[in-house]
Amino acid sequence: MRHVAVIDYGMGNLRSVSKALETVSESAEIHITSDPKHILDADHIVFPGVGAMRDCVSELRRLGLDDVIREASQTKPFLGICLGMQALLSYSEENNGVTALDIVPGQVRHFDTQRERSGNDFKVPHMGWNEVRQNISHPLWQKIDDASRFYFVHSFYVDPTDAGVIAGTSRYQHEFSAALSQENVFAVQFHPEKSQSAGLQLLKNFLNWDGQS
Amino acid sequence: MGLAKRIIPCLDVDNGRVVKGVQFVDIRDAGDPVEIAKRYDQQGADELTFLDITATHDNRDTIVHVVEAVASQVFIPLTVGGGIRQLADIRRMLNAGADKVGINSAAISNPEFVREAAEKFGSQCIVVAIDAKRVSDQDEADKWEIFTHGGRKPTGIDAVEWAKKMVTYGGGEILLTSMDRDGTKSGFDLALTRAVSQAVNVPVIASGGVGELQDLTDGVKLGEADAVLAASIFHFGEHTVGEAKQQMARQGIEVRL
Repeated sequence: MRHVAVIDYGMGNLRSVSKALETVSESAEIHITSDPKHILDADHIVFPGVGAMRDCVSELRRLGLDDVIREASQTKPFLGICLGMQALLSYSEENNGVTALDIVPGQVRHFDTQRERSGNDFKVPHMGWNEVRQNISHPLWQKIDDASRFYFVHSFYVDPTDAGVIAGTSRYQHEFSAALSQENVFAVQFHPEKSQSAGLQLLKNFLNWDGQS
Repeated sequence: MGLAKRIIPCLDVDNGRVVKGVQFVDIRDAGDPVEIAKRYDQQGADELTFLDITATHDNRDTIVHVVEAVASQVFIPLTVGGGIRQLADIRRMLNAGADKVGINSAAISNPEFVREAAEKFGSQCIVVAIDAKRVSDQDEADKWEIFTHGGRKPTGIDAVEWAKKMVTYGGGEILLTSMDRDGTKSGFDLALTRAVSQAVNVPVIASGGVGELQDLTDGVKLGEADAVLAASIFHFGEHTVGEAKQQMARQGIEVRL
């Protein structure tokens, strides 16, 4: 029996993520956990998150999970979702600047709220269903059409130093990274657990993934 | 291509059952929230909104079970409104599987509640629901006021100013209902929708008055809404969400098909 750890650090609702994983899983056991041992023993790691970056990073440190995530992200199939994606970068502009986990070098930036009112895309958060272009072929994109729509809700976006890690892009105000791939780490800005069939397929692909791209 | 405009069916829930006559031809139990939610999900609904109208405080827990049951089977965003008065109410809904909560009268009696809620849970899950009624005469400049108690009680608060204030307090989305149009099937109050949408830099959901598919298109094109909410047009099987999206797409609106 494979074990999937959904990392719980008090940020947002993990029930939807674990229910979605249960729905697509044929044999895996899904655990919502903040126990470092459970996380390091799991076969697959899901790192979700909703909320603010400062709280996220301080909770991870308080629970001793920052080093656990660093270690797990080196070795196992690892999926970051939304804030769980952003926290993997080096530094975020949110909350007047927060140093993040620095697993994927790069910055987390804010969408521009001062844009011309005539544009359709000045509203922040970027909320709703947007197309994701697949920049690379990857096991997590299997059976998902290019330019499928996924559900986003975020005010910040990731800007990795190495453009080679970008696995998918979307357009809002400008093109931004909607998915990153770095060895055994895959991370998405959208919410697969709220993206109906395309999202469930991505989660299913993740459970079937051995961490090799 | 970019962000799609959203169609959001709204379900009124009383004591754990969907009320106001949802009538799909081939549904086994027309009051079961899970069956109805699944049907709208299959039709292509972009989100679902549940409005808890349970009158007695003792039965408020029923909506939590509804959200849990729906969120276990339907994987699109869920919003819950009605009776959200404390941070504990929000936490319960989010833990049950809701993605957003709608705050209405509690924001009016205590605006700081919106600020606290946004700080605690993030603006992305705080929808401020505004019930507005036109108070200007035809030859005057447009003016709308917030009303409470189902549109019976005026507050003296200007609706556009209130929307702007709620965004500065951390509201991440505005659910804007015209009490003049609600239930009339005569279309959204487009001037109201446009006025609020232009005044704030967060998404605005138009609500109240949808009687035909063109009203949804008008809400986006003329009202400049980011999303449109409707109940009866979908409940009575007159139209599916899919038909609504096809109609919007034919008129050049980007939707998720």
